[in-house]
Amino acid sequence: MMQPKRPVGIVGFGTYIPRYRIAAKEIARIWTDGQGGVPVESKSVPGPDEDTITMSIEAARNALRRAQVPAERLSAVWVGSESHPYSVKPSGTLVAEAIGAQPWVSAADWEFACKAGSEALTAGMGMVGSCMADYVLSIGADTAQGRPGDALEYTASAGAAALLLGPAEESVAKIEAALSYVTDTPDFFRRADRPYPVHGNRFTGEPAYFHQIMSSTKRLLSDLGRTPQDYTYAVFHQPNAKFPQVAAKRLGFSDAQIAPGLLSPQIGNTYSAAALMGLCAVLDIAKPGDTIFVASYGSGAGSDAYSLVVTDAILERQNRAPRTSAYVARKQFIDYAIYVKWRKELVMG
Amino acid sequence: MDLAKHWRLKGARYRLEGQRNSATGEYRFPAQDAGQDPNWETVALSGRGEVWSFSVLRQVPSGFEEFAPYPVALIKLEEGPMLTAQLTDCSEEEISIGMPVEMVTRRLSDAGEDGLLVYGYKFRPVIE
Amino acid sequence: MNNVYIIGAAATPVAEHYNRTLVDLAREAFNKALNGIDPSRVGALYIGNALGGELAGQSNLGAAVASGLGLAGIEALRVEAAGASGGAALRQGYLAVASGAYDLVVVLGVEKVTDKLEEKVEASIALATDSDFEAANGVTLTSQWAMLMRRYLHEYGYEADALAPFPVNAHANGANNKGALYRFAINADKYRKAPMIASPLNMLDCSTAADGAAAVVLAAPHIASELGGARIRIAGSALASDSLALHARRDPLHFAAAQRSTAAALAQAELSLSDIDVLELTDPHGIAAAIALESCGFVERGQAARHAADGGISPTGSTPLATGGGYKARGDLLGASGVYQAVELVRQLQGEAGASQVADAKVAFAQCIGGVGTTAVTHIFVKEA
Repeated sequence: MMQPKRPVGIVGFGTYIPRYRIAAKEIARIWTDGQGGVPVESKSVPGPDEDTITMSIEAARNALRRAQVPAERLSAVWVGSESHPYSVKPSGTLVAEAIGAQPWVSAADWEFACKAGSEALTAGMGMVGSCMADYVLSIGADTAQGRPGDALEYTASAGAAALLLGPAEESVAKIEAALSYVTDTPDFFRRADRPYPVHGNRFTGEPAYFHQIMSSTKRLLSDLGRTPQDYTYAVFHQPNAKFPQVAAKRLGFSDAQIAPGLLSPQIGNTYSAAALMGLCAVLDIAKPGDTIFVASYGSGAGSDAYSLVVTDAILERQNRAPRTSAYVARKQFIDYAIYVKWRKELVMG
Repeated sequence: MDLAKHWRLKGARYRLEGQRNSATGEYRFPAQDAGQDPNWETVALSGRGEVWSFSVLRQVPSGFEEFAPYPVALIKLEEGPMLTAQLTDCSEEEISIGMPVEMVTRRLSDAGEDGLLVYGYKFRPVIE
Repeated sequence: MNNVYIIGAAATPVAEHYNRTLVDLAREAFNKALNGIDPSRVGALYIGNALGGELAGQSNLGAAVASGLGLAGIEALRVEAAGASGGAALRQGYLAVASGAYDLVVVLGVEKVTDKLEEKVEASIALATDSDFEAANGVTLTSQWAMLMRRYLHEYGYEADALAPFPVNAHANGANNKGALYRFAINADKYRKAPMIASPLNMLDCSTAADGAAAVVLAAPHIASELGGARIRIAGSALASDSLALHARRDPLHFAAAQRSTAAALAQAELSLSDIDVLELTDPHGIAAAIALESCGFVERGQAARHAADGGISPTGSTPLATGGGYKARGDLLGASGVYQAVELVRQLQGEAGASQVADAKVAFAQCIGGVGTTAVTHIFVKEA
């Protein structure tokens, strides 16, 4: 496991979920005549004026509002995503300017499928933990793409989560330790300049998602000398409703432990935001002394695991910005035609 | 392709930067040449305000086709100045004169596959 | 300053002139307006045009039109003030003759819009707004008028169809004008059912941009005397501007530029509003006419809709408006509109307006506006016995 010399914690946290939803059964109506099960109830859909940059900005503003740390004090603004609006031109610079960071800041984009955000989180721990920086903003955000008719179309959704890292003594949750587990596993990928990713269907399960998550989680628990019962809450990457529940069960976590951070049934898979947003949703309701276990997952493949302890500062900061539940509750369902229009799948000329 | 035209406006577009007169407390947006008055300081406005009036466009100008139909509004900011912006995340039935709104940063326009994505302020109903 | 007279006025029909160029349209209006006067007597040509570069693909219109009319060599230039271009050109022509620089000039208003598709036309018209803080946000002039309309109805407690009398009046008059784009009547019931363009502005409360050219010939007194008959004098001419952005005004429902140019033109003419027999306003929408009537002082604030409903703007009312169909039925000529207004008012002062004739019209008032109240040009024409 990895632990910083200077203890590091989450000083501020914020999320963003677009207002729009499409029901999985509406997608099934188009492709399977409504037959068969669906992997989630509904998923979030970005409005026509939203993308990874705009969602990152709102999540970041919420994190700063909770922390009440001036944006000028940020040393890094990092955005993890697989749907950066530009292939070349950083999302980070625009997000940094929008939230009012000063120009003397590290701003960069990260990519590791669904765990680009947690990579930025671990790196941020290194910056703060080494005293190179006092505050680092790590963001995971995606407007994920799914090929029309593909299984991914039911789940690939949109959202952002921002974690403001700083010294543990100022934090709402101290990050005790982090750990990364990666293997070269081609379960899901998108070649350069291609619009939609491809995936290995069932190959995305056992050798990919479950192997990485189980490996990272078991190892971090073992390194810390803990068991699942030592945690109040647990959050696992959630590509659908089922995978995180199966993983939790196999690892020995209860449904009650994962319930507050399990958002995929309502909003789908927010990719780089998913695990971090689950963590934020837990922080929204956490009490001082609660413990939280988090494991992200990124195809390709790997998992980052974290162990956190909530501090007394949590209570006063929870209400300073909209909670994740407010964004989940803010919803307007759209039909497949509007969905196709907004996803720019119509040829407009 | 307009690059500098958008770039030089990023303070106003991204952060709603206007000016505050330190002597009178008056705000203005957008910023203007301060002239001989040294009291005008650059300041980011709160982004909170209310709808003074609005319209939903069905016939839209080129560059905005993908967003049609969309609402535009005159927003009275709580600091005093009025500005023109799109409303977002709301349908026509939800909008009314006097409705409280808050600033968000969204895509304003998309100049095509080889063009710049322009970002800036829009307003939406306040999220509690 | 010398007196200036209008000695000729004519316009092309307003239409989708797909087979004619901007210069073709200008030539027809020019020749009709000269009406036999030797073109070599024209000292200068002032061209009111808003969007020649964007829509007709031609700038440098002074030279383009002058050479197209066989007048290469004379002073010729384009005057641009968005929708007020025609009025602004008329004022330049007026000043040129009043100053004694020339004793005969032609003012041409011309706009060629149908070479471009609607989205491009909308975007080009929106160039009259603040490009960085209005147009960049997807706002069009139509939507700005719509926002003023919604606020107007809200402030004064009117129903949604309160401004219908303006387009209804315009269409009633347009039906009598064989040069109008729309020669049919509408009614309030049709108005209520019309689809929205930019809510609350519906299709029957929105003008249609179309092609056309209008020309007036301005002359010094001695030339006007040569022609004999009743003479129409430009008794007042004034242009005023306001902040470019609508949101920058403390009172958006009042057009200070309209008020200022009205006051200046009336003062010059030594007339008052009650002397006006017939008027032309920038009325692409009912709200535009309503705000202008109130800003100029013809009616009290908030009373224009009631005034129109009571028949005040019909040819027999106290402020006869849009007797040729206005922007709504005659067609919206953008930068040529100010000259079309002058042509219509000359028709009225000469008693040639047929079924829409205002009885015994002697004093006429023309006001054209660029942007949403940004530039206002006001002229007063007086018929001399």
